[in-house]
Amino acid sequence: MKPTNTEHPDHYHRIVDCQWGCPAHTDVPHYIRQIAQGDFTGAYLENRKSNVFPGVLGRVCDRPCEPACRRGRLDEAPVAICRLKRVAADLSDDIRPLLPPKGDSNGKRIACVGAGCASLTVANDLLPLGYDIVMFEQHAQPGGLIRTNIPAFRLPAPVLDDEIALIVERGVDLRLNTRIDSLQSLLHDGFDAVFIGTGAPRGKDLALPGRHDTDRIHIGIDWLESVAFEHTDTIGENVLIIGVGNTAMDCCRSSLRLGGKHVKVMARKPRGWFKASEWELEDAEEENVDIVINHLPKAFIVEAGKLTGMTFDKLHYDIDEQGRLSKPRVLEEVFIPCDDVILAIGQDNAFPWIEAQTGVKLNQWDVPEVNTVTHAASIPGLFFGGDAAFGPKNIIWAVEHGHRAAISIHKYCQGEDITKRPPRGINLLSTKMGLHEWSYSNDFDETSRLQMHHVDLTQRFKDIKIEVELGFDPQQTSKEVERCLNCDIQTVFTENLCIECDACLDICPTHCLTITDNCEEDDLRTRLRAPAENKEQILYVSDVLPQTGKIMVKDENLCIHCGLCAERCPTGAWDMRKSRVDIPYAALSPTD
Amino acid sequence: MSFIKKPKISHPDLPKNKIGLTIRDYEGAMSTLCAGCGHDSISTAIMQAYFELALQPHRVAKVSGIGCSSKTPTYFLGGAHGFNSVHGRMPSIATGANAANRELQYIGVSGDGDSLSIGLGQFAHAIRRNVDMMYLIENNGVYGLTKGQFSASADKGSTAKKGNANPYTPIDPVLLAISLGCTFVARGFSGDKEHLVPLIKSAITHKGFALLDIISPCVTFNDHEGSTKSYAHTRAHMRETVYADFTDHHEEILTQVEPGKFKEIKMHDGGIVGFKRVDKTFDPTDRIAAISYIEEHRAKGEVVTGLLYLEPASSEMHAVLGSSEQAMADLPYEKLIPGKDALARIQARWR
Repeated sequence: MKPTNTEHPDHYHRIVDCQWGCPAHTDVPHYIRQIAQGDFTGAYLENRKSNVFPGVLGRVCDRPCEPACRRGRLDEAPVAICRLKRVAADLSDDIRPLLPPKGDSNGKRIACVGAGCASLTVANDLLPLGYDIVMFEQHAQPGGLIRTNIPAFRLPAPVLDDEIALIVERGVDLRLNTRIDSLQSLLHDGFDAVFIGTGAPRGKDLALPGRHDTDRIHIGIDWLESVAFEHTDTIGENVLIIGVGNTAMDCCRSSLRLGGKHVKVMARKPRGWFKASEWELEDAEEENVDIVINHLPKAFIVEAGKLTGMTFDKLHYDIDEQGRLSKPRVLEEVFIPCDDVILAIGQDNAFPWIEAQTGVKLNQWDVPEVNTVTHAASIPGLFFGGDAAFGPKNIIWAVEHGHRAAISIHKYCQGEDITKRPPRGINLLSTKMGLHEWSYSNDFDETSRLQMHHVDLTQRFKDIKIEVELGFDPQQTSKEVERCLNCDIQTVFTENLCIECDACLDICPTHCLTITDNCEEDDLRTRLRAPAENKEQILYVSDVLPQTGKIMVKDENLCIHCGLCAERCPTGAWDMRKSRVDIPYAALSPTD
Repeated sequence: MSFIKKPKISHPDLPKNKIGLTIRDYEGAMSTLCAGCGHDSISTAIMQAYFELALQPHRVAKVSGIGCSSKTPTYFLGGAHGFNSVHGRMPSIATGANAANRELQYIGVSGDGDSLSIGLGQFAHAIRRNVDMMYLIENNGVYGLTKGQFSASADKGSTAKKGNANPYTPIDPVLLAISLGCTFVARGFSGDKEHLVPLIKSAITHKGFALLDIISPCVTFNDHEGSTKSYAHTRAHMRETVYADFTDHHEEILTQVEPGKFKEIKMHDGGIVGFKRVDKTFDPTDRIAAISYIEEHRAKGEVVTGLLYLEPASSEMHAVLGSSEQAMADLPYEKLIPGKDALARIQARWR
């Protein structure tokens, strides 16, 4: 293999698995360290820089960082990153004085359609540069799908209100109850650029016999919205939820709070093929929601205008050697009685308000063609982000879309080429303080992942607004922060200092290091001192070592960043250096 | 943070040996030697050898004298027995322990000071008695604990850190051991575990006194230009002569190496030591040839490494003495000390 190019900004970034896995690239180890040091405001600001809504995301993020966490590969449970984010949000001081104010007007007006997280991020990034932002929202309150689709027992409204206010009160012209019905007329309103962040607001329907013979069949996201705006406050005792994604989890748990007694989530496939996040399934099951597997909906049974239940085909699947499901066999037809059915089987984008004469090019699925990097549509000055851009994803992706679109909008308005993206950078700083001293907490803490305390089951159903998760207390926080492996404290190797004494190899607790002859990657992976089968994780390969001409190889997969290699190195060939990735934003880019 | 212990967490897919242990189960306490010390690398090689042979740590006794080297038994096989003895007197302790309990495996760890100066007489007599043990000399040419004075193994003309040259001729423990009739003599290098681990495995398996002289650079006092025991000098002047490997499976050996280049010797317990002769003219079972070969290359400034001499028909201490097959430590009291009457009967035989 060729020596690894550690100069590339992505090299050390990739090693910080959580940050690399986060669409918005939040510097997780950095803010966990700030929390450990009691700097909650700093931790909040560090989060806000990249993910804009730490209070919201600290509760309801999809957490792509956690499955990516290195700790999960070592002893099963990743660091509770999301919960720690909430700690920062809960304990932060008022950050209003620390945010940049709206810049002096630069004369450019930007329209944002929809006041969800994507549009709000665009506004957040462009305000300091002096853009005038006009934001249109069809509902009486901003927040988009975060407000309408996430029940209050998971995300209290004041948290959302506060984080939206941090953006809007700095000078966004927010026009509530203003629905945009024509893109054509919006484009003629003289905006310098238009950003569309209208989400994926259309829940999928299920065309089965009996579908339109009753008003007790609800579309999941519409029903959640009506619950959120308190238009709906009751439901029957027996409720069936069709589908087993995260929307289904919100529907079943909301049902329990509106009068549902026997709530069943009906899944077409076995466990392991569910779309819902593992932790959302756990929370639903803790509330005694019954998850019924292998049932294919067949018909809604309506007798004398009243929904009495549904029929299902009970299925059987075989699982083949590769762990794939076979085509199902039908075992029998079953009838399950119910009073209400909620359909939570996915959602689509809907753009009935984009007229053909606007010239916006649609793709094969009848949604606008959007560039995945610039977020530009086919006509100049029009940008998409959030679920509106590429279909339903999640909040953290929508925020990242907002950042990228803001860069494009800024460049577009300044007459620059939007395809020339500002580069990322990397900064490394040694953490060596003395012979055996490092400026970070390098010891491995064996504590298991801490469990979140919940409101008691007897209390939580009294009001849908009672937040179930209580947040980490100070003791839990102080333990959980120490579980972080400090993956941003990088092992940096300098070949020409190495005397090949093997001290680093011998001390490494996880056998990451090997000195061997160079060869191709597949071969090299078999020669390392411990199995190196995770090919998603990079091998660091040094240049030739001065004494034997061999190479130093490090399998980054399971390094716990304890710094013992550097501590036992007699020549300083290894050093522990803190990496900081410079992520460019519209108002702040490393090239500025 | 400062001075952390090596964390217990390990690679989740770390291989296990035949008795279900991973390499980490063979570790000891965290080393307090200088960072980069050759001795630490030797400790790791010992752990690797015991792991590969799938031996139980609690069936091992580690004995040592005084010096940097003699501190190291703490740093490997934490589950083993240990005795840290007086300077240079480890061979007596090992001999006594072996006499009392022949069931344990003995590792003696010593240095060039401990074995070649203060303990030279002890060293010679343990060889003469052919005590069944692996005797390691972690040889760095200096007294590290007393700040780097030349030891008895320092080469004539090699320089100390401050530049003064050594006026005395060195004692070569390998030549000394062969001339004393040692039945297993080998030399390794701490910076070359690929060859050191098989040598240790063979030495562990040898019935009788197995001497392993290991060049082990002192990073603090003897790793400079002018030193003949530095990492760089050893790598440049090392002459790998005989590659030895031990296996308890006959077939493995025959399939793994090229025929013709290979010689194998059956050990007492049925295991096999295989040799790959890097230098075809060399025969490690020929004592006189071994001595002249080593001398010849020493004159050229080369350090000959590998398995240099082996006497397959070695008769270890208990066999020579005809002592009890059962370990004395396991004998019932009445048998071990048969009492006055038995003594009287023995004495009567000489009256």
